[in-house]
Amino acid sequence: MRVSFIRRERASRMAMLLAPIAAFACAIVASVILFTLLGKAPGQALYSLLLEPFLTWYNFSEVLLKMAPLLLIAQGLAIGFRANVFNIGAEGQLIIGAIAASALPVWYPQGDSGFMLPAMLAMGALAGMAWAGIAAMFRTRFNANEILVTLMLSLIAAQVLNYLLLGPWKDPHGFNFPQSVMFPDAALLPILLPGTRVNISLLFALVASALAYILMRHRFAGFQLLVGGLAPRAARYAGFSEARAIWVSLLLGGLAAGLAGAAEVAGPLGQLQRSVSTGYGYSAIIVAYLGGLNPWGIVISAFVMSVIYIGGDNAMVSADLPIAAVWVFQGLLLCFYLAGLTFIRHKVSFTRKPRATP
Amino acid sequence: MTALLSLQAVSKRYGAVQANAGIDLVVDPGSIHAILGENGAGKSTLMKLIYGVESPDAGVMLWKGQAVNLNSPAEARALGIGMVFQHFSLFETLSVVQNIALIVPGRKADLARRIRALGDEFGLDVDPEAMVHALSVGERQRVEIIRCLLLNPELLILDEPTSVLPPQSVARLFETLRALQARGMAILFISHKLEEIKELCDTATILRGGQVTGRLDPRAHSAKDLATLMIGRAMPPPLPATVQEVGEVRLELGGLDYVNDDPFGVSLSDISLRVHSGEIVGIAGISGNGQQELAALISGEVVQAGDMIRMMGRSVDAVGVAQRRKMGFAFVPEERLGRGAVPEMSLADNALLTAHGAGLVQRGFIHRTPERAYTAACIARYDVRTPGPEAEAGALSGGNLQKFIMGREMMLDPKLLLVSQPTWGVDIGAATDIRQRLVAMRNAGAAILVISEELEELFQICDRLHVLHKGHLSPSLPTAQTNAEQVGTYMIGAGA
Repeated sequence: MRVSFIRRERASRMAMLLAPIAAFACAIVASVILFTLLGKAPGQALYSLLLEPFLTWYNFSEVLLKMAPLLLIAQGLAIGFRANVFNIGAEGQLIIGAIAASALPVWYPQGDSGFMLPAMLAMGALAGMAWAGIAAMFRTRFNANEILVTLMLSLIAAQVLNYLLLGPWKDPHGFNFPQSVMFPDAALLPILLPGTRVNISLLFALVASALAYILMRHRFAGFQLLVGGLAPRAARYAGFSEARAIWVSLLLGGLAAGLAGAAEVAGPLGQLQRSVSTGYGYSAIIVAYLGGLNPWGIVISAFVMSVIYIGGDNAMVSADLPIAAVWVFQGLLLCFYLAGLTFIRHKVSFTRKPRATP
Repeated sequence: MTALLSLQAVSKRYGAVQANAGIDLVVDPGSIHAILGENGAGKSTLMKLIYGVESPDAGVMLWKGQAVNLNSPAEARALGIGMVFQHFSLFETLSVVQNIALIVPGRKADLARRIRALGDEFGLDVDPEAMVHALSVGERQRVEIIRCLLLNPELLILDEPTSVLPPQSVARLFETLRALQARGMAILFISHKLEEIKELCDTATILRGGQVTGRLDPRAHSAKDLATLMIGRAMPPPLPATVQEVGEVRLELGGLDYVNDDPFGVSLSDISLRVHSGEIVGIAGISGNGQQELAALISGEVVQAGDMIRMMGRSVDAVGVAQRRKMGFAFVPEERLGRGAVPEMSLADNALLTAHGAGLVQRGFIHRTPERAYTAACIARYDVRTPGPEAEAGALSGGNLQKFIMGREMMLDPKLLLVSQPTWGVDIGAATDIRQRLVAMRNAGAAILVISEELEELFQICDRLHVLHKGHLSPSLPTAQTNAEQVGTYMIGAGA
């Protein structure tokens, strides 16, 4: 018996839509088994994980709050993924963006200028771009794999953050906690929904989604990126620059992540902390793929992933689940989705005899 | 006399395509039997059924009068059926005898001795210790044939064996095949070249659209009759050859050297060539002699420093594909999927790939209406058989996609057009159409460089020919003053 995967001529559109739903269902089944093995009540765990986020306005607003950075970063990353440029280091770009944005309020803690906030956001976005640009430079100059370079730059970014918070930027009145001073009001993003912590960075993310859609669907530059991802030799044949695709992909990814980092410190945190990112940069990779790398699909997957984030926090309290269980759930979701994609793009054939070699 | 091999009503279907429908075939011992048909007529499928690569959906196969059911090529070989494929299956990094020892049992020293003996007997001389990557295509084919012969087959199948050979090697192959025939071996000879079949074969079975349309003695019929059975209508008339004044130089290669980093690639040395407005220049030669490298250097996909390539009078060595295209250059590569077209994208998006400058993109935005119009015009004018501009390029047959890519590039009305293998996999009717359009473009003043393995095609459309052999280019040969033998001499590097 021999199993072989044969590429389908055309992936069914229906199956493409069903795949994330099926992956979600499989992830639930697998995690029920996992939770049971852990000795936790699976019903209670799933209730906390998936339903509680919708049950109170506060919980739901927290979902929207989480969604902003995830959506923003995922849109930036998806552009590169479709061009086969794999920026795995959005986490580092986010941290560097947060650091750059924090410079102004750390240096001018009494600042009240109206330019403070826009300047912070711009600095965050530019710093994220620059951090990703290092990987682009290494890739185009030395052909160094961007997956490794972006990933390693994330570790460096985390150490830069540690250094600043344990040293020069530590709040002198902060009881030795590794965090900066609290930012002045002029350094904080306006609240979008009164009574919640949801700020206007959610709008940034939605605007970014619309821009990503226009780029990938209507702009020739986006078309060039797509061709480079699908058929690199066709891109070379048509004269689309590979170096340009690498730079554009990484810079846009870095810009989005850097802006998200700035919005975190200027938003819910209000200061620079070591926990400025709880893995947004990595989760955004899952969000991008679960959304089928499609700008509108990513809006939905970012929302779902935020629900799991908030639900996971609830489950830790009410179902006594370890946070690792939530990460496992995210991982299962991605694994099942990728497995589903394999079946969508290939049909499986079972043959009796070994394939003949001429 | 019992037939050696007999097929009765054999059918095979792949999805929506009925590749073989009720095929009857009888092969006698000691016969050279031609299977004649166009690309897509079902020849290859039929051979795969006989060689056990595929199983038929219906029908019976008899070997010496006994019904057999083959499940693998190993079983076919055990019966006494050998096959030489069009694309060789040899390991380039191994020697001849090492390659053969992978399939034929025996000690290497014995094998080497038997290889030499077979070589002497049938004119298949090849050094058993030579490394395969150092062999010419003709020698590789001999290795493949020897490998089959060592298993003592009674039936030898050859799939388009002459498509890769220069004319001189073809004559030599035919001598070998006749010597094998004299020993009583039956040979199935697959081809679409009528003259060869008339020269070599004693029986021909003609296929069209998966069905047998004729069974005859090719020596007793004219090429015209055979063609009519093969394509279902008379051969298209030859192109009118008109001589015309040429204009300015549009492409000039001045002593182009190129060192290939790939150890199995070909380096080019001192290539000099001019293509003028209003002429078609052909590059003949067997694939793998530097054609790919030359095309990539002219197109700009490979860029190197120097002043060796001039287009429209300007040095273009330093600029890439996009710049060259802006100057009026267009290119049809020999690989359609993944290079000339993106398989996963629609035909409309594939039009955008190189025709974006033709008003399909304005201020960076893709304009869908002109994109669709351009695609629809290309589909209609070049007779691309497809549901429409939204069809995925990967779903088209090779010939249809080739027509689409040819059309896309020709509709750009380039000043300089480079075409690699313009009619690979395209049926005779469409091939004639493509050639006529190339000639019409030349008459309208375009400069055209055609790289092709089909000598006949080059002689039909080109004003001048060069031959590429091991990275060296022959002098210019005006088509009217040369012939296949002279070109063949250059193809094997014997020209002076």
